[in-house]
Amino acid sequence: MRAPRSWINEYVNLPASITDDEIATALVRVGFEVEEVIAQGSDLTGPLVVGQVLSIEEVEGQKKPIRYVGLDCGEKETRYVICGAQNFAVGDLVVASLPGAVLPGGFAIAARETYGHTSNGMICSAKELGMGDDHSGIIVLPTASAKPGDDAISLLHIQDTVFDVAVNPDRGYALSIRGLAREISASLGLSFTDPADTAAKLKFSDNGTPVTAKLSEGAMVMYLRTLEEFDTRAQSPLWMRRRLEKCGMRSISLAVDITNYVMLELGQPLHAFDADKVDGYLEIRTAGKSKSLITLDGQERTLNSDDLVVADSRNVLALAGTMGGLDSEITDSTTRIALEAVRFDQISIAKNSRRHKLSTEASRRLERGVDPVLAELSSARAASLMMELGGATYVGTSSSGEVSLRPAVTLSPSYVGNRVGLEISDAVVKEKLELVGCSVEKAGENFLVTPPSWRVELLTPADLTEEVARNIGYDKIPSILPPRRASAELTASQKRRRLLAQSLVSRGYAEVSSFPFVNEDVIARMGFVGPRAASYKLANPMSEDAPYLRPHLLPGLFEAAKRNFGRGFKDFAIFEMGVIFKKSIELTPGLFPPTGTRPSEKVIQEIFDSVPTQLSFVGGVLVGHVGTASWKGKVRSYDWSDAVAEVETILGQMNLSWTVKSSDFAPWHPGRCAEFLIDGKPVAHAGEIHPRVLTDFGLPERSSAWSINLDALPATPLVTPKPIVAMPPAIQDLALVVDAHVSAASVQAALIEGAGELLESINLFDRYEAVGDGKVSLAFTLVFRAADRTLTAAEVSGFRDAAAASAAKKVGATVRA
Amino acid sequence: MTLTVSAIESASQAALQAIKGAKSLDELKAVKIEHVGDKSPISKLNQSLGTLEASERAEFGKVLGQAKAAIGAAFASQQTLLEEERDARVLLEEVVDVTLPTSNAHRGGLHPLTVIKNEVSDYFLSQGYSIAEGPELEAGWLNFDSLNIPADHPARTMQDTFFIEPIESGLVLRTHTSPVQVRTMLTQEPPIYIVSPGRTFRADELDATHSPVFSQVEGLVIDKGISMAHLKGALDDFASTMFGPEAITRLRPSFFPFTEPSAEVDVWFNNRWIEWGGCGMVNPKVLETCGIDTSVYSGFAFGMGLERTLMVRQGIKDMHDIVEGDIRFSRSFGLGL
Repeated sequence: MRAPRSWINEYVNLPASITDDEIATALVRVGFEVEEVIAQGSDLTGPLVVGQVLSIEEVEGQKKPIRYVGLDCGEKETRYVICGAQNFAVGDLVVASLPGAVLPGGFAIAARETYGHTSNGMICSAKELGMGDDHSGIIVLPTASAKPGDDAISLLHIQDTVFDVAVNPDRGYALSIRGLAREISASLGLSFTDPADTAAKLKFSDNGTPVTAKLSEGAMVMYLRTLEEFDTRAQSPLWMRRRLEKCGMRSISLAVDITNYVMLELGQPLHAFDADKVDGYLEIRTAGKSKSLITLDGQERTLNSDDLVVADSRNVLALAGTMGGLDSEITDSTTRIALEAVRFDQISIAKNSRRHKLSTEASRRLERGVDPVLAELSSARAASLMMELGGATYVGTSSSGEVSLRPAVTLSPSYVGNRVGLEISDAVVKEKLELVGCSVEKAGENFLVTPPSWRVELLTPADLTEEVARNIGYDKIPSILPPRRASAELTASQKRRRLLAQSLVSRGYAEVSSFPFVNEDVIARMGFVGPRAASYKLANPMSEDAPYLRPHLLPGLFEAAKRNFGRGFKDFAIFEMGVIFKKSIELTPGLFPPTGTRPSEKVIQEIFDSVPTQLSFVGGVLVGHVGTASWKGKVRSYDWSDAVAEVETILGQMNLSWTVKSSDFAPWHPGRCAEFLIDGKPVAHAGEIHPRVLTDFGLPERSSAWSINLDALPATPLVTPKPIVAMPPAIQDLALVVDAHVSAASVQAALIEGAGELLESINLFDRYEAVGDGKVSLAFTLVFRAADRTLTAAEVSGFRDAAAASAAKKVGATVRA
Repeated sequence: MTLTVSAIESASQAALQAIKGAKSLDELKAVKIEHVGDKSPISKLNQSLGTLEASERAEFGKVLGQAKAAIGAAFASQQTLLEEERDARVLLEEVVDVTLPTSNAHRGGLHPLTVIKNEVSDYFLSQGYSIAEGPELEAGWLNFDSLNIPADHPARTMQDTFFIEPIESGLVLRTHTSPVQVRTMLTQEPPIYIVSPGRTFRADELDATHSPVFSQVEGLVIDKGISMAHLKGALDDFASTMFGPEAITRLRPSFFPFTEPSAEVDVWFNNRWIEWGGCGMVNPKVLETCGIDTSVYSGFAFGMGLERTLMVRQGIKDMHDIVEGDIRFSRSFGLGL
């Protein structure tokens, strides 16, 4: 909402000593963000005068049309100037800046030779005077609105300050000069004159039969005032045009300007119908079977049966509270006017606006809720302006519906101070509430607070508390720490995720954070099928390129890897931690129980259950070499084993026990993917990325990846370390030959089983493939230790043989000669 | 060789001189063989001791003993000296350029959103607030209705909120972390002290200052006698943790459906007011929807954008840097300590 200081000044007597910044600060203090303070014409100096066009000579032979214009500027001699605009004729009143004037932006006017003539000044456009953006032509003043030589700076009210105020959705009343002036007066402690009170004093006498108001639904009260003999030639006076312009609206015609002017002044949108085009009556109803309407902007709109409309006995004439129709609009020849002001139902207008993607000055106000008293008062104010400025005569008033005001709120005055955290006396509570227009009566210990008609959203003690608090000033609220508990701790899972991220970073991983959106193509390229490919789809994605929620972390990590690789990084490790949205349940219609009381436990549980499970994952991608090139020697490339080692490290650091098996899990290389299981359930995968996927993402061969389902990991068990034994270890090496397809993990498991309880550790230290015959050699170091004695050579070789026998039995291993 | 005092003295002199004259450990070794070993003059003199009468033997034995002790001491001292010389020389030869770049390991780094989430969490943990988490894909009732955002509210249009197919499911990508507050209030008894850092979603185009995927931290306190003064106190302390001891906050009246009274929070940082977030006293209607007795309990809530906090504090100019996953960006934060 743009509010000119000169207009505010009409209702609040602002002393000249109050600066614009002080006014802006006063607005901010009571909850109105001032987006801009526009000092119009502050850098403009005259002479700037009204000139009447006496002659126009087209200057021939120029690339663009140029006029040599004779002006009567109230001087003895005719003043000649050069002008490039074409939107004026002989006899028009224009605005001329004379030599010596300085226009906004430091543009000094001087007599100059140009286009073969002497130009003794300049005819100005609105933009050149800093009055707005209009530079389509020069300013042409209404006929007889001034006389040549008049000072145009005061005539046009150029020098003014416009406050551009952001109004929160709960303060519809402040989308008006009336509302903002009231706030400024309260914030600055100045007196306020309500323009609605002035309008309330207007009296009309009926002289005929007005158009009938019919209110069927979607509104509280409707006023319809019919006027006739409206002067079709009457123009909007300069002061009105200027105020509309300062508020960011254009002057259109006197009748339309009056409706807009009154809307800005009081906050009530009005619509003027050409009464001769209305058949019978004007009715507020839903569109029902009515099919379409061409609105003022020339668009044909298909009506929804629930749209709220204004119709006569035959047709829909307007989309209620949103935009008028083309057929019944005021034209140059309109003499009979039906002036409509309605207190519409807020939600109906909000829905009209959303359905038709049409947010207008009217709908913005009506959907926030307008003072219901204004239907009568604003239509009276507009009618009187039509009579005064347009020479109209009053025909009569028709109204429907009744004003109903919000009920009084019972307020315990101590509640206010308790919520604000400040000692506030009952008297101050009363004073501040009265300041915003409430009437306050005492009812025993409590106040009975009747909110003013324009405060449609003051319904509860909390609402009233805010009114008191903001008018005392939030800066008066003390700063006290709440009476909290001494301290709290991260949950086990939060602690685990934090340590995991830190340990990955210590091992050279850079963390990335991807958008969780993917498309079907990427899911297919990953090789995900069936339940692994299924996730949830956005109804309104940012882009059709990525309408699905990610069913896995790796697609986003591959994208990030690709981006880094493309930016010149050939060797790196990245990881991401986050949730995935794999389809876990079929969606059913959502539950929306009423609010204000707690839903039943069953309904609450059903709401919780309606939300799909979102598993917490961590994944990593290893690209290129394990380090940067070094003077110390050749640096090897990452391969499947690095990814597997990473998962082993992570699970090991969490003190978990797991088993590993070979897997053909997408998007990994089907022969180079390890699956980690805990208690028989898969919890992680690691290995080389499928070569086809690597090609798709342009990543180097052998790039590897790992992924862990953090929600599938059991809690870390309490660590109960074995006593540390000081006895010497007995070390045995054992080389076995097995079929190449036998997994190392199964050989190791067999050895452990056979070696007995005194086996302390086992380590595969060599793997040799060139044994021939489809066999490999695996060499292990077995360390034995007893707590109470030094093991003898005989004992230890017995253990070793038992281990070898177990491996022979379980996996067909033979001891290598 | 005849065993005389002069013979002992002469052999001893020769040995001492040779020991002193040894320039290296190898020379000293040779000297040892020549002057101390079995075939050395002094050893030979010692061997002839046995041929003497007992009285002479004692006399010469004493002289010989003294000479041998002197030679032994000289030898040991020369050996120590030469060993020290050798060690010093070898250490000098083994000098390397320790400024060579030795680590070729990749440098890791936490994403700064993780860093700031940890920082915020640690601060609030120290103040007795638990860290609450909830789903990113959320029930519409928990994201909107329960927070007093009715069905026709502008925030619930496709322009602002991501909806899931089918629309009737009512599921949305949470537009704030407030549903975590509702979940907590529905499942826990007051007093409640929580903060919920997490990812949130709004249908904004990605540009230098906006992202459709962003992060928030919200705080919620429900206890007996909670007032706006407590809210102000909590925010002032939080602000000074995040922005330094000079930071103070300013509350400006505002509007949010889930708080009443409501306020915008500005923070004074780098000599200007920065719009930081929103806050207010939890709207009693929200408490009632969660079944909390408003005659006993009241509460406050606040919320800030973590990207915005990060951008303001660390001087990050472009949101793209935060969302693109460029390793240079995370690496610059290291462990964030």
